[in-house]
Amino acid sequence: MEELKQELKAKIIDQLNLEDINVEDINDNDPLFGDGLGLDSIDALELIVMLDKDYGIKLTDPKEGRAIFESIDVMAKYISEHRSK
Amino acid sequence: MGQPYHIRSFCSIQQETILLNGKPVFKSEQEDFGAFAKEAYQFLTIKYPKFFKMDHLSKLAFLTANLVLDKENITPDEPSNTALVFANSASSLDTDRKHQESIKNKDNYFPSPAIFVYTLPNICLGEISIKYKLYTENSFFIFDSFQPQKLIAYTKGLLDSKKAENVLCGWVEFDGKTYKSFLYLVSAKGTLEHTEETILKLYNA
Repeated sequence: MEELKQELKAKIIDQLNLEDINVEDINDNDPLFGDGLGLDSIDALELIVMLDKDYGIKLTDPKEGRAIFESIDVMAKYISEHRSK
Repeated sequence: MGQPYHIRSFCSIQQETILLNGKPVFKSEQEDFGAFAKEAYQFLTIKYPKFFKMDHLSKLAFLTANLVLDKENITPDEPSNTALVFANSASSLDTDRKHQESIKNKDNYFPSPAIFVYTLPNICLGEISIKYKLYTENSFFIFDSFQPQKLIAYTKGLLDSKKAENVLCGWVEFDGKTYKSFLYLVSAKGTLEHTEETILKLYNA
């Protein structure tokens, strides 16, 4: 699980072009949206594509992402339980 | 014949070089535009992380506008009524190609929303408007080549009708490895005449 969390942090920084943020700057429980990393709605769509492309998880309702992308902890747990890749 | 207007400041970016009012501001050895834009962003001490999410056309427009507007003290706190009138010939083709690349393979079909949102040239106007809190007129024209007379007519119309106090206008072109921007701020104030001859001279300098 720890390895997956580190992988997710690196992917989020790379794919969402978070130029001024390092893996060490993201805590497992930090909110990814709002006051946390400050991600926006386009970032949320990009994360949905990432789930599909890298982990074989298809979210049919973008609103589902709101709960899944709450933090790295929550995201890693969801991916480990639902991944097909 | 309406009121005469003037050019207050102008900026151009091409071939890894930034000129503001004809004077060199920044030059880089980076031939790759992304690397050049990052260096310029850091050199200009811009603090706006969303810059790194923009496509190349928006980064080019944003950097050029940033230099002109800051020079003329048009800030998000005091944005004034500044309209935006831009043009180019390649539209958003550079980003369109990236999007097309991501959808051409049916077995690996993962279009990026972050790329798709930039598949219109006028998005760069939105990026500038958001940063500078401009709730103003904006237009993006596609011409075969730089045609100042068309921009002059449109700009005069906005100023004569009092729809804007200033107009930031010009050319922002990005296609493959080739890029050129030239933006100038027009208002009643200023020293350079707002004429086709002057604009062409500055554009070609």
